Amino acid sequence: MMSTDLKLTPNMDRPDDIYANLLAAHEGLSKDESDALNARLILILMNHIGERRVLAQALNAARAPADR
Amino acid sequence: MNKIFEVPLYPYTRHADQDAATPARHTVAVIGAGPVGLAAAIDLAQQGVEVVVLDENDKVSFGSRAICFAKRTLEIADRLGLGAPMVDKGVQWNIGKVFFDERKVYDFNLLPEDGHKRPAFINLQQYYVEDYLVRRAREIEAEGAPIQLRGGNKVAGITDQGDHVRLSIDTVDGPYTITADYVIACDGAASPVRSLMGLDFVGRVFEDNFLIADVIMEADFPTERWFWFDPPFNKGQSALLHKQPDGVWRIDLQLGWDIDKEQEKKPERVIPRLKAMLGDDVEFSLEWVSIYTFQCRRMERFRHNRVIFAGDSAHQVSPFGARGANSGLQDTDNLAWKLKLVLEGLAPEALLDSYDAERIYGADENILNSSRSTDFITPKSEISRIFRDAVLDLSEHHAFARPLVNSGRLSMPCTYDGSPLNTPDALPGGPARTRPGSPCPDVALGNGFLLDALGGRFTLLTINADAPDSLTEGGIDVARLALTGKDDATGALAARYLGDAAAAVYLIRPDQHVAARFPGYDEPAIRAALRRATGQEMQ
Repeated sequence: MMSTDLKLTPNMDRPDDIYANLLAAHEGLSKDESDALNARLILILMNHIGERRVLAQALNAARAPADR
Repeated sequence: MNKIFEVPLYPYTRHADQDAATPARHTVAVIGAGPVGLAAAIDLAQQGVEVVVLDENDKVSFGSRAICFAKRTLEIADRLGLGAPMVDKGVQWNIGKVFFDERKVYDFNLLPEDGHKRPAFINLQQYYVEDYLVRRAREIEAEGAPIQLRGGNKVAGITDQGDHVRLSIDTVDGPYTITADYVIACDGAASPVRSLMGLDFVGRVFEDNFLIADVIMEADFPTERWFWFDPPFNKGQSALLHKQPDGVWRIDLQLGWDIDKEQEKKPERVIPRLKAMLGDDVEFSLEWVSIYTFQCRRMERFRHNRVIFAGDSAHQVSPFGARGANSGLQDTDNLAWKLKLVLEGLAPEALLDSYDAERIYGADENILNSSRSTDFITPKSEISRIFRDAVLDLSEHHAFARPLVNSGRLSMPCTYDGSPLNTPDALPGGPARTRPGSPCPDVALGNGFLLDALGGRFTLLTINADAPDSLTEGGIDVARLALTGKDDATGALAARYLGDAAAAVYLIRPDQHVAARFPGYDEPAIRAALRRATGQEMQ
């Protein structure tokens, strides 16, 4: 696999902690505030990844998880 | 109030054509005396092609309408002879500010590149541009150029006769008929010619209304483009403030879809909206108010045998990005030289098909940019609004989000990648911005500028390369413009045209787009490139 491909194998350092951090960030927020936070988070992560090819693969994976 | 748009500039007068026993024959008839039609006519007439301009009205357009003219338009205007009055009168600006809710989220500077004769943009009311175009048409007419303006001439019928076009024209003195070798239809987004010919105009409708107001005020707002997303004075909508000459300010307020247009246009509705925006203490008067909706669409083809569409009649975009009038002038810039060569028998009619190929490519680029701006400015779903607002929130604090803010991607000239007139790039290390198909970027040369030196003919631009002073291929003359490092005090010529190459030879089209480029003078290759650029090798 080339380094420019989307990673879909486990890659998170301490996944339970990271998942808990995600939920904690949303604690006490209204639905609108949570939606806004999610949108900001997606944009920040998209910029960090940067590569259009990888982002397209991520969008595909998100759109049809069973096909991957 | 004796406004420029109340004075008939080309009033109807009876012409001998109206008493002719058989219809008078013209070389080119241009329908519509707006910026695009007048530019087409001047361009052709300056090159000696006989042209008659027909318009049912006799005045410049009412209200400011198109106000943002881009550098490429000013460069074309230079060649037409009205760049100087436009730039002298226009307001130059470089700074744009973007506001979200009550706060400024970021500003941008167009940061014009050095070595260009013309600024990135000027703001100028469309009626001034039309006035300068009419004056210029009169000026070249007085010098003997074959151009006529006929106001009060409404085209009521158009028939393609195969090798010419027949036009039925209504006037106050009754109807008459003329024929023309070619017709250029520049009669606007609602093009009557398009309707008369039963042609399509398909695309996407944007369900929104915008109030546009020209306001005369003495205000100390800076000469900047201010754009608001969701401001307190227009909740949930957008707003734009932009300066024009004569103390006139353009204000654009998004109103939404479910409104009563007639009510919203009334001063008693408009003035409170403007006061909410400008503050109660600002004195202003209304010059012009209009409500517009828009579509992004184009004709499937712009050329229909001998009837060729240009400007809004061929393609329509949202106003965000100033891509209407600016792209219309690129249409005529692309068309005029081709039509001249075809009329003179120096190029096959197929050359006109390259107008379709190149300008449809340009129109699609403009429609894409303008649709994306519109989707950002007026989000079409809850989730698109959530992302839009997230971008704006982030842009205040993080640079990465600023390129995503889209309050209009401002008009840039189109690079005709893949055009049938291009010869594949043969200059190793040449800059991407001057690859075949590109509009030539300007460069300061001693006391002048490159684009002025190129003018409006085929040119062989040699940089540090030997070549003969002229070349003729199939009756078409190519003049050489010989430059060396000595002409390039700033290094911009090398940066824009040489890149990593030590020398270069460019074949440049009359519309100042690059047709071909080579590392040196290769006569057979240049002759082949010229044949290709003039449609002699199109199927």
